Amino acid sequence: MQTKQKLVVIGNGMAGARTVEEILARGGGDMFDITMFGDEPTGNYNRILLSNVLNGSYKEDEIYLNSLSWYKEKNITLLSGTRAAGLLPRAKLVYAENGDAEPYDKLIIATGSRPFIPLMEGTTMPDNSFKPGVFVFRTLDDCREIAEYAKGKKSAAVLGGGLLGLEAARGLQNFGLEVNVVHLGGHLMQAQLDPAAGAILRSSMEKLGVKVHLSKNTRGILGADRVTGLRFADGSDLECDMVVISAGIQPNWEIAAGCGLTVERGIVVDDQMRCIDSRDIYAVGECAQHRGRTYGLVAPLWEQAKVLADHITGRNTRAAYHGSKVATKLKVMGVEVASMGICEPEYPEDEVIQFSDPKRGSYKKLIIREGRLVGGMLLGDISKAAYLMQSFDRNTPLPEERLGLLFDLGDPPKQVTFEEMSATTQVCNCNGVSKGTLVACVNSGMRTAKAVMDATRAGMGCGSCKAMVGEIVEWACGGKIEEDPSVHYYVPGIPLTKPELIRAIRERNLKSVSAVFDYMAGGKEDAASKPGLASLLKVVWKGEYEEETDARFINERVHANIQKDGTFSVVPQMPGGVTSVQQLRQIAYVAEKYRVPLVKLTGGQRIDLLGIRKEDLPKVWEDLGMPSGFAYGKSYRTCKSCVGADFCRFGLGDSMLLASKIENEFQGFDSPHKMKLATAGCPRNCSEAMVKDVGAVAVEGGKWEIYIGGAAGSSIRKGDILCVVDTHEDVLKYMGRFIQYYRENAKYLERTHGFVQRLGIDKIRAVVMEDSEGIAERLDREIAESKAAYKDPWKEAYSIPANNQFATLLPVLS
Amino acid sequence: MTPAMTEIDLGPVVAIPPGEGRTIEAQGRKIAVFHTRAGGVFAVQAECPHRGGPLADGLVGGTTLICPLHSWKFDLATGAALFGDCGLKTYPVRVDETGRIFLTIDNS
Repeated sequence: MQTKQKLVVIGNGMAGARTVEEILARGGGDMFDITMFGDEPTGNYNRILLSNVLNGSYKEDEIYLNSLSWYKEKNITLLSGTRAAGLLPRAKLVYAENGDAEPYDKLIIATGSRPFIPLMEGTTMPDNSFKPGVFVFRTLDDCREIAEYAKGKKSAAVLGGGLLGLEAARGLQNFGLEVNVVHLGGHLMQAQLDPAAGAILRSSMEKLGVKVHLSKNTRGILGADRVTGLRFADGSDLECDMVVISAGIQPNWEIAAGCGLTVERGIVVDDQMRCIDSRDIYAVGECAQHRGRTYGLVAPLWEQAKVLADHITGRNTRAAYHGSKVATKLKVMGVEVASMGICEPEYPEDEVIQFSDPKRGSYKKLIIREGRLVGGMLLGDISKAAYLMQSFDRNTPLPEERLGLLFDLGDPPKQVTFEEMSATTQVCNCNGVSKGTLVACVNSGMRTAKAVMDATRAGMGCGSCKAMVGEIVEWACGGKIEEDPSVHYYVPGIPLTKPELIRAIRERNLKSVSAVFDYMAGGKEDAASKPGLASLLKVVWKGEYEEETDARFINERVHANIQKDGTFSVVPQMPGGVTSVQQLRQIAYVAEKYRVPLVKLTGGQRIDLLGIRKEDLPKVWEDLGMPSGFAYGKSYRTCKSCVGADFCRFGLGDSMLLASKIENEFQGFDSPHKMKLATAGCPRNCSEAMVKDVGAVAVEGGKWEIYIGGAAGSSIRKGDILCVVDTHEDVLKYMGRFIQYYRENAKYLERTHGFVQRLGIDKIRAVVMEDSEGIAERLDREIAESKAAYKDPWKEAYSIPANNQFATLLPVLS
Repeated sequence: MTPAMTEIDLGPVVAIPPGEGRTIEAQGRKIAVFHTRAGGVFAVQAECPHRGGPLADGLVGGTTLICPLHSWKFDLATGAALFGDCGLKTYPVRVDETGRIFLTIDNS
């Protein structure tokens, strides 16, 4: 049996513990016996939340990340309250302050950092301890001592107007103290904000009662045996009963330097987080210096921990850390702040987008280089933070529309951030999934949006919350989100994108769903993938497609829409919502004959007969004598219209005739999702053509505007104008081209509004109108062939000798 | 005491197209019988435990069944729920050498 290696970790803070978690997640528990040195006498807690403990919004036990029992469970020896005193790399030993020695095969240094104490007179007592009333703000113990000392005091000063200092100030204010922030620099939060933003933050803080003293160099702390005030270099004094020093952090590199490892501002590591002098010693977190930089935030630490774990476990020996892009979002005394990258432009070509509204405490600034975000800050209104931080982090190109980067234009603003959203808030309104349920999935180990959606069905009803589900999963995962490659597949069961799949289907001449599974998935069927494949094969092969009814969802098997009680609804074709006395008589006759429980007008201007038993369907269709309206399929549904030029005194174009031509052109077309169309005889848009998947609106001058990608269901979107044309024939031609392009390129169950937004109207216009890909002629031909292959499924069902597709019960011989 | 069992002839397996299911009624119970593309025959309760959806109208892939109403998922062989919080009752079935399906049902 292979014996385990000994892994020793110095430091049980967020870096040490997170790294160990990552190692365990990669099977490290079987490879290593793990021992951890922890300075503090407890498990590992979330240091970021310390200010919340100080201000009382969290209790101490609420910020623990790993309790002591966790270490026991994972077989980790935790030497809590034991400080590692030294290190002998040659002997591979770590020794503790009490003289105990701990041998290692691999060592991780995660000693973090400590508060930086500027040189000031009167900071310490003769025995070198802090003068009573002087504090730093770094550990739970600090929190407790500050809270204890603050009792009965009147005023406090915080030295340092950086992020941590302001958080400390917020905590102190909750003890009823008068709080002063004393800052050496010219504005607050210099690492994250520019002077204008700092000034707005200052005035917001002063409104809340915090006094801010800028450009103040503190020379000494006054008071003989306890703090009574501060003295500044300009000779002035400030009275206060206590001082919290928050003037930055200093990496704890002493243990590394003491044994000769290379140390500059931190312990110098390579891209695998190894000390450059030893193959067996790693450093991670605030104590490490990578490519000249040290980090004091948590996100870089997570990235480092992953790389270290990949490397040390051999899971991915080529894993490399390339440095982090630092972005942060926080609330400083009720003021929301988001910041990323640089604060000021660095080159003349850098583009600066800025908005300032000091009176309302709002400030936004973005720095753009070569179309990409390299820095920025948001103050007050940070509704765009999630989007911007993601663009910054992924270095994605920004849209040309710069205004939309700063403000939500048109879209309803996001009401709350995910942190603020209560756990019980329902995110998926179709399947009743709350934020808490999504977060619980992530906490149980799921790391992809798809895994969470599969487990909860969130986002799998109407689909309108899908993006938000993804964002919440990403937020809950912190830095640990992973992408499921299957999100790029056309259907989950075949690992190919849509264009790859179409190519394979054509090359191998696969004409049925079972043939696709046989040749592309080793015969392994996936139930959920079947309808998508059937739809695509029909688009590719048209009349040559070999129908296998089992691949179809029940609606498409029986050409009717299944209802909650297992009965079906029947909607006959009625192009443009135009009917006749004969049709109405026939429908009335059928409704009476089959005792149809409900007759209702649909949103698509048709008549719905609901509650039909499956076995009655073919007889109902035969008695109706009308073609199928396809009100059940992932297909072209219908085209509604207004009265148009015939009767309406405003009508500019013949919308009813156009609707019936459209219906005749595209009826029965399979497509990635349903397609609902409309025509309007004038821009009053009574038939709502501008919010349809595809719509045509008559405008003055005998012209028609074609709209694509509209939606007015679970999502609402006005369509984009594809083009303006002169004749019905041109309307059909360009609608057809767009529809065929959508059929070939959209993901299964992607509506046109998602498709148009994903590709962008410019790209679609180029393909459809300017033939930028040289495929226009082929698209036109495909449409003509699909049209030629149309058959009314209802007529087929009642004219071909019955199979038992429509039987609800099979006869049983007993 | 074991309950008395009855074996019922459901007719030829070819009456159910491959990959599909049909509902039968026996001993006053509705049962969904499936014929998978791999040739397997399975019988489970006809109605989905979630909202009573007609399982015979569901999609089948391998031995996975998806209910047509709200996409609860089950394993046909064991009745276990793959998505949803309640499994299905299964019934023993066999296909004889002439290709007829026989279902065993307890009389309790």
